[in-house]
Amino acid sequence: MTATDRPAPARLTMRGVTKRFGATVALGGVDLDVRAGEVHALVGENGAGKSTLMKVLAGVVAPDDGVLELDGRPYAPRSPAEARAAGVVMIHQELSLAPQLSVAENVWLGDLPTRAGVISWRTANDRARELLGELGRGDLDVGRSVRDLSPADRQIVEIARSLAVDARVIVFDEPTSSLGSEDIDRLFALVERLAARGVAVVYISHALEELFAITERFTVLRDGVSVATGRTDETSIDALVAAMVGREVRELYPRSPARTGDVVATILDLAGERGVRNATLELRRGEVLGIAGLVGSGRTELLRALFGLDRVKSGDLKVLALEGPRRPAERWRQGVGFVSEDRKGEGLALGLSLADNLVLPRLDRVSSLGWIAHSRVERETARWIDRLRIKCTGPTQRIAELSGGNQQKLALARVLFADADVILLDEPTRGIDVGSKAEIYRWIDELARSGDEPRAVVMVSSYLPELFGTCDRIAVMCRGTLLPPRPVRGLDPHEVLLQATGASA
Amino acid sequence: MSEPTRRNRRALPRVLATFGPLVGLVATWSLFALLSGADFVAWSNQRLMLEQTAVVGVAAVGATAIIVAGGIDLSVGSTIALGTVVGALVLRAGGATLHAVLATIATGLAVGAATGTLVVGRWARVAGPALGAWIGVLVAPHQGPWIALGVGAVTALVVGVVGERITPRLPLSPFIVTLGLWGALRGLAKGLGDNQPVYPPSVGGLDALTRPAESGLAALAAPSVWILAGLALAMALVLRYTRFGRNVFALGSNEETARLCGVRVERTKVWVYVIAVGCAGVAAVLQLGYLSMGDPTTASGHELKVIAACVIGGASLSGGQGSVLGTFVGALIMTVVDNGCTKLGLDNWVQEIATGAIIVAAVALDRWRARSAD
Repeated sequence: MTATDRPAPARLTMRGVTKRFGATVALGGVDLDVRAGEVHALVGENGAGKSTLMKVLAGVVAPDDGVLELDGRPYAPRSPAEARAAGVVMIHQELSLAPQLSVAENVWLGDLPTRAGVISWRTANDRARELLGELGRGDLDVGRSVRDLSPADRQIVEIARSLAVDARVIVFDEPTSSLGSEDIDRLFALVERLAARGVAVVYISHALEELFAITERFTVLRDGVSVATGRTDETSIDALVAAMVGREVRELYPRSPARTGDVVATILDLAGERGVRNATLELRRGEVLGIAGLVGSGRTELLRALFGLDRVKSGDLKVLALEGPRRPAERWRQGVGFVSEDRKGEGLALGLSLADNLVLPRLDRVSSLGWIAHSRVERETARWIDRLRIKCTGPTQRIAELSGGNQQKLALARVLFADADVILLDEPTRGIDVGSKAEIYRWIDELARSGDEPRAVVMVSSYLPELFGTCDRIAVMCRGTLLPPRPVRGLDPHEVLLQATGASA
Repeated sequence: MSEPTRRNRRALPRVLATFGPLVGLVATWSLFALLSGADFVAWSNQRLMLEQTAVVGVAAVGATAIIVAGGIDLSVGSTIALGTVVGALVLRAGGATLHAVLATIATGLAVGAATGTLVVGRWARVAGPALGAWIGVLVAPHQGPWIALGVGAVTALVVGVVGERITPRLPLSPFIVTLGLWGALRGLAKGLGDNQPVYPPSVGGLDALTRPAESGLAALAAPSVWILAGLALAMALVLRYTRFGRNVFALGSNEETARLCGVRVERTKVWVYVIAVGCAGVAAVLQLGYLSMGDPTTASGHELKVIAACVIGGASLSGGQGSVLGTFVGALIMTVVDNGCTKLGLDNWVQEIATGAIIVAAVALDRWRARSAD
């Protein structure tokens, strides 16, 4: 950054920020400039140092070296409270609200307005309502428990909380990972509003397309060093990805020629106990079928009903020669695999080892006479760790210690270990780094189109570029109804979006 | 429980996880050996300590499975008391020793089934039979046993089936279910014993269970110790080498993952409670032999000792983690403290403080270990 092209004053400056944890260098001298009123993208693969850098900014971690300035003054927060008091606020991936407490209480958490030592609820509620109003959500009931709110509304509460301390820098860490596309648009509008108020916004996201929609400038971190910075409209996704991974990723979405085979699953007028009202579908080997739709449209529930996790109310269901609804245990044995959208809550048992997680659905494959052969479990796990290039210390490592991308690879490995022919993937790349994403796309292509055996893959995703990149056909789910799938060639993303919102059904 | 851990840089924390409690046991034992000398170190005292561990130990072996599965059982003590009363009643009515033993264990199994069924939310399946039994007992003195049986069975069936049909499943936390049973089972034991201990004419040789014999294996240690060892080994093998066992770990670590991976969550839970509380039934047999009577007020406080044994042994109350060996060692540590303090002539209150401190320290050490392993 030269002094001449400085349309706005630098709100936040970081120079040569360094942090070591034992022998590992988490940050090796990072420079970052964020101006007042701009939205600045911070990108990098998992482990590139983004979260450590943000922890430094938030006063959670003290840097070993380097200088931080806020509005030209030295800034060295010793605790998150100090950072907050200085007007530096984080909006986290995992929202940090107290779910049992009311909206107003959360907005003022830790700083409830008092009168003569007694909490003044009227002031708290009124001011919370005011702040929400500034965010365009004055209609939100400030007395409601936060746990009753949708993820999007919870985020609004968290943003309101940042306004309550008159934030000067707001960091959004993966803010869209739990939102549907309508809510994302609303969030973008909000972020722009914050910037217009003069807030410096740092925006972290793995969804690179998003960055082009709302950020003005970007900084790329790789291996703890800032490797590129510049104006977002002067770069491209390919250039960003190349900077992030340090090499050219030739093709994010590999696509081998389709080789559609026999029908493996037929669904006719299926209605589930929740979410799914009407779904008709034919799934073939050798294809990747995408299911688009808003969060809450019943996409997840459709997969769950297929897999026997949700009850089926009516309709016909036939998967691989087995008619009718079945339990998950039968589905696994039959050759159907499922990767959940909720890695932590459902997909993986984080407290257990990689090995335990991998073999769980098919313990029969690693036991003889009902006796589990732990040597075989470890061997199989080691094999899949190799094949999917999962970074870990070994099969007995606890899965909680892995990065999101590696966890997700294990969830996929479980399906491969189970030798599934029909593979149901629900948001398989949510919240994971680009490198892992690329590998998962490559696996999807191989499983369906280029491997020795053509398998059928169903992929639910909120992320249209990913669906268009990987799928052969896309079906849109809207308010519980599945629209007929259409070949991805000649399909217009805009049209899919309109269908998803129910505007053109 | 060890396995080859070459290639595995986390071998040390893992070894510590398994042997940490063992190190604690050796340390505690050595401390008392140093302080109190020959009296404590004598073989006869080691044997005595093992015997003193048997009742809590057997119950704790079962509780390990429950805690690993993410549950908890606060009603162990009441179950043991109820078991001794049932066994003593069978003996008093002239039943054979075997029948008394079976009835006592069956009590445990039935309580386990009821606990598990309530936890998974099938309340009608428990309420029906319970109500039926109660009505049967009320009717019997007036109408004779057959009519009572009929009325009871019809009630059980109607309440059970109708209740199941018209209400949704209402899963409850095991803490609440067993807190309820903690009181209810104790009450039931008192009711069955008519508010006093049940003295059978003889306990039919059950007293021999808790005493070392003149010859044979039982000369080395009382049969109760061998029963504890056998059950512990069996449970350890089941938890590690069977699908059921691995499912229990998965269930305790993350129930939704277990469900997704095809584990029949509800069924597994019920079985965990049946097996585990069945162990409490076995503990009740030992207690019956030890007391030579059925006592509705016995084993009060055992539920917490059992949980303490599991926790000292490295089990996590949030589930998915724990080992039978650890629990066994945990139970021994508590006995060593009790016994050692007695040998030193320390008052009971000192023991209680020491045990309390050990529970907290054990968990704190475990946390510290887990953190340094990351």
